[in-house]
Amino acid sequence: MTARTLKITTPSEREIELTRVFDAPRPMVWQALTRPELLRRWYGPHGYRLVECEIDLRVGGSWRYVVRAPDDSDMELQGTYREISSPARLVQTETNNDCDAAAGIQGLTTIELTETNGRTMLTSRSRYSSRQARDAVLNSGMDRGVSQAYDRLNTMLLSELPSGEPMAGELVSNTSGQPASSINGR
Amino acid sequence: METTGYTTAEGERLDRTFAALADPTRRAILTRLTRGEATVTELAEPFAMSQPAISKHLKVLERAGLVARGRDAQRRPVRLVGKPLGDATDWLAGYRRFWTESYERLDELFDELKAEAAEPVSISKPRKDAPP
Repeated sequence: MTARTLKITTPSEREIELTRVFDAPRPMVWQALTRPELLRRWYGPHGYRLVECEIDLRVGGSWRYVVRAPDDSDMELQGTYREISSPARLVQTETNNDCDAAAGIQGLTTIELTETNGRTMLTSRSRYSSRQARDAVLNSGMDRGVSQAYDRLNTMLLSELPSGEPMAGELVSNTSGQPASSINGR
Repeated sequence: METTGYTTAEGERLDRTFAALADPTRRAILTRLTRGEATVTELAEPFAMSQPAISKHLKVLERAGLVARGRDAQRRPVRLVGKPLGDATDWLAGYRRFWTESYERLDELFDELKAEAAEPVSISKPRKDAPP
């Protein structure tokens, strides 16, 4: 496996799974996920800032992030910790108050960390109440109707197009031109 | 409701794109076309289908803007048009970008944390409060 490659998959119609390997030991990754002063240093795309970060790291405790976009618009995310097994496993609910809350969408995210030879694999699996809810999250900011075709498209991308073909590259390309099923971090 | 950035016309076009992709024969045709343009006869070969049946599928793909026909009156070769497929998959891009870039920043954080941990022996970044 290549380090620093983000994989996004849909293990079931209600789930999204992210997989990423970091060149850091597991306790360091755990801290980066659970300590506000560290989260502020990485959470959000380039140009975005985590302007508020509250974490009550105990079962039943809540967390709340406010991410500020380059255009100064804010997005608030919040949830509750369900399971905390430092430094291996973190289970939390999450709602995006600005995109999904109105639709009653809440995800249950399980983050698992496994360390091999000083590198840590992070697996983050989010489960939603329905395919529609999951697709709304994947599809945030885009036309809702498009998401209904997600599985058809996904099936095609994953099973029918030979990887490496020009069309596959085009189909799954993102802004950086990397293949979508395995985005190279660098 | 979030601003979608998509007009109704674009939404309708996306609907046509996805409807066109919903059929396995049409997806197989697209897959074949990734290797280069082909005539209807060539496209019909791998399928137990008549040329008119294939032509029907091609019309759906053409209306969805996924393929275009050449001008050559005899052959009218079919080729892929990339743009609508790009639009159809762009909807995931925001989510992907969020995590790709966040994790890139996390890589940088780990580099910094490891450098900080190694700092007492570092000569490049002497600590102000370093013990004598």
